[in-house]
Amino acid sequence: MKGEGSGARPPAARRGAASAPSDDAAADPGLFVRCPACKERSYRKDVERRLNVCASCGHHFRLTVEQRLLITVDRGSFVELDASLAASDPLGWVDQKPYPERVAAARAETGHGDALVTGTATIDEVPVALGIFDFAFMGGSMGTVVGEKLARLIETAIARALPLVVFTASGGARMQEGTLSLFQMAKSASMLTRLREAGLPYLCVLTDPTTGGVAASLAMLGDVQIAEPHALIGFAGPRVIEQTIHQTLPKGFQSAEMVLEHGLIDMVVPRRELRDTLARLLRVLVRGAAVQAARADSSRV
Amino acid sequence: MRRTYLDFEEGLRALDRARDAARAQGDAETEAELVREMDERSRRTCAHLTAWQRVQMSRHIDRPFTLEYVAALCTDFVELHGDRSFGDDAAIVAGLALRGERALAIVGHQRGRGTAEKVRRNFGMPRPEGYRKARRVFRLAGRAGLGLLTFVDTQGAFPGTESEERGIAESIAGCIAELAGLPVPIVSVVIGEGGSGGALALAVGDALLMLEHSCLAVISPEGCASILERQRSPELIARAADSLALTAPRLRELGIADEVVPEPVGGAHRNPAEAIRLAGEAIDRAFASLDALGPAELRTRRDARLRAIGRAAVR
Repeated sequence: MKGEGSGARPPAARRGAASAPSDDAAADPGLFVRCPACKERSYRKDVERRLNVCASCGHHFRLTVEQRLLITVDRGSFVELDASLAASDPLGWVDQKPYPERVAAARAETGHGDALVTGTATIDEVPVALGIFDFAFMGGSMGTVVGEKLARLIETAIARALPLVVFTASGGARMQEGTLSLFQMAKSASMLTRLREAGLPYLCVLTDPTTGGVAASLAMLGDVQIAEPHALIGFAGPRVIEQTIHQTLPKGFQSAEMVLEHGLIDMVVPRRELRDTLARLLRVLVRGAAVQAARADSSRV
Repeated sequence: MRRTYLDFEEGLRALDRARDAARAQGDAETEAELVREMDERSRRTCAHLTAWQRVQMSRHIDRPFTLEYVAALCTDFVELHGDRSFGDDAAIVAGLALRGERALAIVGHQRGRGTAEKVRRNFGMPRPEGYRKARRVFRLAGRAGLGLLTFVDTQGAFPGTESEERGIAESIAGCIAELAGLPVPIVSVVIGEGGSGGALALAVGDALLMLEHSCLAVISPEGCASILERQRSPELIARAADSLALTAPRLRELGIADEVVPEPVGGAHRNPAEAIRLAGEAIDRAFASLDALGPAELRTRRDARLRAIGRAAVR
C-alpha cells in the first residue's frame, strides 16, 4: 500500500487574513480564496495543500476534475475514454443564450467535452472504471452526452470486469435537452442494473451538490454510498421545498450529515480519508467479485 | 354535470349549455346540430394546439384518472396497499387485475376529484412510500409472471421536507432500476401530465404509449422559465413549453414514445369513456407485440431501447 495522497499531512495552514492585507488580495485575487462557509480568506496555495479544505472551518471546496484525479487515483494511471464526445443541439433550444453557445463557453472554461469525465485508473493499485462529474460544466447537468459516456463507461467496466466508481456533482438533468435528458436517468439506471447483474460493485461518492435527476438515478444506486462533509444532497432544490412548505428550511437540511442520519447513505468521509476508504472497500469487493466469478466458472465445468 | 373550461375552450361553454337545454326540451334536431358545431370547433382548436395548451389539456381535471381506466378496462381488480416499511401513499395506486385473459399488475399515479380527495391523494404527488409500494408491486409482477401496466399522471414527486428525509431520490431511482431489470413485459401509458423524475419512475419499460394530449417533461414549463429566465411571464412559460420537447407527437419523433394514442374530439375530458376505450385498444396491441418474447429477449430489447435514447444527439 502506498502512503502518498490521502496520508500526506498538509503543513499547518496560515490564516489567510492575518498573513495578507486586504489590498494585496484586491491586487491579485487569484492568490487568495474566500471560504464560502466561514468567509475566512486564505492563501490559495495553502488551501490547495490541504486538498482544498478550509483550514478554519473544514469546508470542502468544490474540485475540478483534475484536482479530484490528483487526490484519488495512482499517479499517471488515468486513461480517459470518449473525451471527444460532444453535445449537439437536438431541440434547437433558445433561452437567453443559444444552447450551443452555453456548451462552447463551458468547454472553453473547463477544458472538458461535457459535464462527465470518464476513464480507467487504479486506486491504490486496484483497477477501476471511473467517472467524475464536473459541476463547473453547466452545473454538472446530465444530458445525452453524460448519459452516453456513462453507458460506455459501464460497458467498459463489464467488458473488463472492473468495479465502478463515480463522483457525482450535479444539479440534475439538463433542461436544454428536454425529455431526452429525463431519459438519461432511465438509460443510466438500466446500465447500472446490467453492471449489478454482472456481479460488479459500484461505489458512489456524492460531492457538493448532488440533486435532481442525477440524485434520483445513478447517485442513489451505489452498493456503497459515500458523501463528502456538508455536501448538499437531495432531490428537490431547497427553494422549491421552501415554496412548498411556506417555511424556511432548518440549517443543514439536505446536508450529507442529515442524509446519513436518515439512513440514506453509508458514511460521510472527509476528503483526506476518502482515497484510503475507497481503496479498502475496493480491495474487499473486488476479491468477492473474483470469488463469485470463479464459482460460476467451476459450476459450469 | 359541472364542466371545467380552459381559456381556449371558452367557446364551448355556451354551446354545451345550449346543447344541454335542447336535450332537456327533447329537441333532437337542434341538439344534433349543436353537437356537430361543437365537434367542428373542437377539431379546429385541437389541430393547432401549442405545446403550452397541450400541457394545460394534460392537466385538465375532467380527464379520466388511473382508477377510471382500471375500472373500465379490467375485471377482478384488487387494490394492494403499503410499502411494508413506512406507510401507504394514496397518490400511487397499485393492484392486480385481469384484462380479458391477460393477468396484470397495475401501478399508476392517482389524482383526486373534490377537495377532500385531492388532499388525500396529495394532488397526485407521491412521497417515497408511494414509490416503494410501486417497487414492491413491480417485483411481485416479476416473480408472479404478470404483465405490468403503468399509468403516468403526476405533476411530479412531492417536494416536501418529509420526502427528502425519507429518501425520495432513492425511492425513484429504485423504481427505475427495478423496471429496467424486470423479466416481464411492461407497458406504460402517459394519460395526463408526466412531470420529471416522479413520472419517469413509472414510465420505463418495453412500450411507452402517450395519449394525444399528454406530456412528459424533464421540468414543468413554469419551473423551466423561472430557473432559466428568472421570471414566469406567460410568454416565457409558453416558450419553455415549446422548447422542452414534451408533447406526445414530438416525443414520438424523438423515439421516446412508441405510439401516440388518439383522443376523442376535443380531448379525453370531453368524452372519457371513448378515451379509455381507445387507450385500451392501444394497450392490447402493445402487450400483444411483446407476447412472443421470453424474459431474456425482453431484457435485451429493453436495454437496447433505453441505451439508444439520445444517442443520435451525441457527436
